[in-house]
Amino acid sequence: MASRRVKITFPEVLVGRPLIYKLGSMFDIVTSIRRADVGPETGWVILELQGEEEEIKKAVDWALEQGVRVDPITGDVIEG
Amino acid sequence: MAFASALHCRECGREYPIEPNYVCDFCFGPLEVTYDYDAIRKSTSREKISSGPMDMWRYDDFLPVSRENAVNLGTGMTPLLKADNLGKMLGLNNLWLKNDAVNPTYSFKDRVVTVATTKALEFGFKTLACASTGNLAGSVAAHGAKAGMETLVFIPANLEYGKIIGASVYGPTVVTINGSYDDVNRLCSELADNHAWAVVNINMRPYYSEGSKTLAYEVAEQLGWRAPDHVVAPLASGSLFTKIWKGFNEFADIGLIDAVRTTMHGAQAVGCSPIVKAFDSGLMHAKPEVPDTVAKSLGIGNPADAYYVLKILKETGGSAIGVPEDEVGENMILLAETEGIFAETAGGVVISALKRMAKEGRFDPDETVVAYITGNGLKTQEVVASSVHPINIEPNVEAFEEKVLGANSN
Ligand SMILES: Cc1ncc(COP(=O)(O)O)c(C=O)c1O
Ligand SMILES: [Zn+2]
Repeated sequence: MASRRVKITFPEVLVGRPLIYKLGSMFDIVTSIRRADVGPETGWVILELQGEEEEIKKAVDWALEQGVRVDPITGDVIEG
Repeated sequence: MAFASALHCRECGREYPIEPNYVCDFCFGPLEVTYDYDAIRKSTSREKISSGPMDMWRYDDFLPVSRENAVNLGTGMTPLLKADNLGKMLGLNNLWLKNDAVNPTYSFKDRVVTVATTKALEFGFKTLACASTGNLAGSVAAHGAKAGMETLVFIPANLEYGKIIGASVYGPTVVTINGSYDDVNRLCSELADNHAWAVVNINMRPYYSEGSKTLAYEVAEQLGWRAPDHVVAPLASGSLFTKIWKGFNEFADIGLIDAVRTTMHGAQAVGCSPIVKAFDSGLMHAKPEVPDTVAKSLGIGNPADAYYVLKILKETGGSAIGVPEDEVGENMILLAETEGIFAETAGGVVISALKRMAKEGRFDPDETVVAYITGNGLKTQEVVASSVHPINIEPNVEAFEEKVLGANSN
């Protein structure tokens, strides 16, 4: 079992979509939300994805295809 | 002696032991160092600090490691210069420049890296690492060399040659990564989670970022033990900015200076300005973007500390200024020509923001304004290369008189 901690950011057009629910139902992973702030214009969710490494990767790739951003919870780690 | 007593979560407040940890297990919020301020109050005084070493380790009562063990290249106690020429231009009688371009590896990053490296050694790490586009890479490589640690530096493959050399010369393993900015970010944060490395700005981050507080301590001491009325500082991740604020407030809490009434202003170049955009739209969270700016050292599209920066801006009545890309080089030159300081692009961003705010009447003429110059212009020469025009002559007096004196007289 692996786990990945990520921040998912939604653009306006995707805010109403049940993306987190689908991540859990379409892929063999468990999602655990820790913090979130979702408004009418944009939103973000900080969550843990648990499952096999391969499955997490597939889930993240699918989420990216839907048009959300998936970032490490540390923000950008490449500094100037 | 070090008075750090724990790590605490900046979101939910849960406490954790002093370990190589950076994120709260419960809410995934960032961790920050907690100190025993009563003990600091008993240990420290203006006199004790003034008689300490002439570098940033004179403030080690406020840092998570003590100076006896410091991996120290002589960082800090950089000049705070009264900027009368630039001040006159902007109508400011008390303009000061904190010149951190003159640190050992020519940027303020030495402040954070000396603390992170010292702590990494204390934790028993053998390998020091970072992902960087310039300043951080050079500083980590230099401190790794001094500490005798294995050093690993990850950089995007398309980085300028000069910056690769600037880090490589200290002998680290330099890995250049192909891919988009976001891909490189994701890879580095994954690697950090799966190796026993001290990655200065990831698992050492709570300790690392504390080093920036010394930018406030030094300014307070150099101004004669007081905080300025205004601070103008550059924003990338936002760490430096939040720690300057924390530093002034710690000094006030301990009684070394009066209560802080500083207004905090942050500056970004528009090509990467997620914090400015959030501020302008009244949001408390920055929307991530892909950086595309000449101010490469400020190119963080998804800033970790955006929320905390926005809170300080709100609390102090400050502003977040987005600077047009073409003003960056212009203001590097203005700073060099008026004050004799050759700053890198981040300095151009700060001076441009300062100028805009002065024009808008954000400062009273007699208020004390401190602008932070955080990196050296020799690192980003390409930005100003097209604006310098040496006069070429043949080796005779006539040529000099004709081309130099003649050119000057018309
Ligand atoms: C020269 C310079 N100034 C300012 C910054 C901003 O630092 P921070 O990420 O703490 O906001 C950086 C670093 O990334 C830098 O290299
Ligand atoms: Zn927490």
